[in-house]
Amino acid sequence: MRLNGIRLAHRKNTEDCETVLLDRPKKVVLSMWQHIGAPAVPRVKVGDEVKVGTLVGDADTHMTVPVHSSVSGKVTAIGELLLPNGKTCATVEIEPDGKMELDPGLSPPVMTDKKSLAAGVRASGCCGMGGAGFPTHVKLDYFEEKAHIDTLIVNAAECEPYITSDYRELIENTDRVIGGMKLIRECLKIERVCIGIEENKPKAIKLFRERLRNEKGFEVMKLRSSYPQGAEKVIAYSATGRVVEEGHLTAEYGMIVLNASTVGFISDYADTGIPFVSRRVTIDGDAVGKPCNLRAPIGTPISELLEAADTDLESVRRLIAGGPMMGISIYDTSLPLLKTNNAILAFKEEEKIYEPSNCIRCGRCIAACPLGLMPRELERAYDRADRDELNRLKINLCMNCGSCSYVCPARRSLAEKNQLAKGLALSRK
Amino acid sequence: MKEYTVSPSPHMRGSVTTPRIMLHVIIATVPAMIASAVFFGWRALTLIGFCAVTAMVWERLCCLIMKRPDSTDDLSALVTGVLLAFNLPVSLPLWIAAIGTFVSIVIVKMLFGGLGQNFANPAIVGRIVLTLSFTGYMTSWTVPKGLDAVTTATPLVSGTASYTDLFLGRCGGCLGETSALALLIGGAYLVITGVITLHAPVSFIVTVYMFSAIVGEDPIYQMLSGGLMLGAIFMATDYVTTPITSKGRVVFGIGCGVITCVIRFWCNAPEGVSYSILLMNIVTPYIDMFTRKRAFGGIRRKDKEALQ
Repeated sequence: MRLNGIRLAHRKNTEDCETVLLDRPKKVVLSMWQHIGAPAVPRVKVGDEVKVGTLVGDADTHMTVPVHSSVSGKVTAIGELLLPNGKTCATVEIEPDGKMELDPGLSPPVMTDKKSLAAGVRASGCCGMGGAGFPTHVKLDYFEEKAHIDTLIVNAAECEPYITSDYRELIENTDRVIGGMKLIRECLKIERVCIGIEENKPKAIKLFRERLRNEKGFEVMKLRSSYPQGAEKVIAYSATGRVVEEGHLTAEYGMIVLNASTVGFISDYADTGIPFVSRRVTIDGDAVGKPCNLRAPIGTPISELLEAADTDLESVRRLIAGGPMMGISIYDTSLPLLKTNNAILAFKEEEKIYEPSNCIRCGRCIAACPLGLMPRELERAYDRADRDELNRLKINLCMNCGSCSYVCPARRSLAEKNQLAKGLALSRK
Repeated sequence: MKEYTVSPSPHMRGSVTTPRIMLHVIIATVPAMIASAVFFGWRALTLIGFCAVTAMVWERLCCLIMKRPDSTDDLSALVTGVLLAFNLPVSLPLWIAAIGTFVSIVIVKMLFGGLGQNFANPAIVGRIVLTLSFTGYMTSWTVPKGLDAVTTATPLVSGTASYTDLFLGRCGGCLGETSALALLIGGAYLVITGVITLHAPVSFIVTVYMFSAIVGEDPIYQMLSGGLMLGAIFMATDYVTTPITSKGRVVFGIGCGVITCVIRFWCNAPEGVSYSILLMNIVTPYIDMFTRKRAFGGIRRKDKEALQ
């Protein structure tokens, strides 16, 4: 069986753009909530001196990720930020001194087994770099009694248009990614490691095939170019043929899926001990003068990133963090770069508001849904507020990939309705 | 500080829209239009044009009276008009054709809520209503023979046409249904442009072929004559009135094939394609209900209870 998927224009305009370092931001705003889980709490005060890698925020729960300073300088304010999802979180604002000095307390961690790996990764402030921001240490810290992990899947599908930050990681930091794969494999004693790359990146596939030819237990998986090939359940199915059932985690089926850049980062962290303080981000869109890939400190204002890419900020009418299919619409250029932002897209035109017309029952949404849902039926069930029907139709499985809205000829906002329907289905009568 | 308008994802949409789909269907009917003009003369094109225009007019009037926004720009009325014309004999008076488009557009489509809400195929119902109300006019078939057209029975009744004539459309019958070749070209266009899937047409035609072969009729003759090609390619693939999943579409096609053959071989009517499609239109909601897709990784309620 092959899962449904849709064909999108690739628009990988920046695939040959070598990463440019942007390391002297004028101001840094560190959001305490860049991941899934509990927000971190600021651990510094106004006026504190911080260096690159100094811990500035953490929380005392498992399901959270600490935040580190990405520059050296002085804390000027503990503020509040309105996140694009409508929630607010605390921020630590830092005025950089321009020196970018490393915190003297940093040292490479010892990561030899599952426990030390998970602890090290947690301390590094690492969360998934693909967009969702699931804390990586939670994935690595599975219950051994419940699951035996036999496969590590490195997700380098990068199926959304425009984004090339993972691709550049594969090309520029091949050793780092392979190093990370080996490290995790040894620590968790995993038999099989496979890296999944979409067939629209032949150079990366060739490179990794050559490098991994003589390595036992490693394999390069060429994936069909179809959206959403990089969704966790989809790539897990492509790699192993295992179906992750609702309410279960991939780990329970013996798989860990990690983004390629995340794997690269873990390897880097193991060598240097520098926590998650910067990342590569693709800057693209028709308002961007020189589309490029930048490596910038976390917390750099988006306006500075756009200016570095020759963007006329006045002409920007629409900003998206992430890809055009699943990315989040951003309301202002002053918002900071987050750990999860693999791309910032700026467009000259506001998003078109489509007037939906009648559903013609063409079935395109059903043929597009990678998880075999029936968006058209979900929409109807939502419109009549039928919770039981929504649950029967498995609304909880929808991952909001947006394929149904994309293909709908009547321009109905099916994906948006699905998100609303999830809330309705969970609510009690 | 400059604030932008935010919107939920996805931030891009595909290029396929309802009017574009309808336009593809109209383009796909062009070969059959040409064939009808070649075999039945200019009068065929007049009738097609007349039906298309009256269908649009009825829909516009309906929207005005019902105080709804104008919906003619989705071009679906044009498709209905052309397809209804394909189901009429060339000699039909225009006033009867206007009644046909009225039934199709106003009664079958608009009164049920417009595009996407009708339960039966408008063109099919239009044809059936006209056949029952104006049986004489609707069954006076003209066989194209050069310039002198002669009135005769359809090949399904006479059973004497050659395969070549049937394939090309040189035989008696409705405007658009005679030329299997032209219809197949249109069907291929629809498949290539992704407007229709092969499930319903192929299962429909294959079922008719097998059924005919089993009961001892000439399968190729049954396949090429009557309204089968028109019905299978343009009517059994109508989105609104046929099942929404591919599995359901196969069931729909098989059902149409069986009913068509039963009517052709054992009923008092010479042709069963339109009745078969109408009957299957009616059971479509039930087909949809029984051919629901299973979600990837979804646990059925029974399994869930067993686990607990």
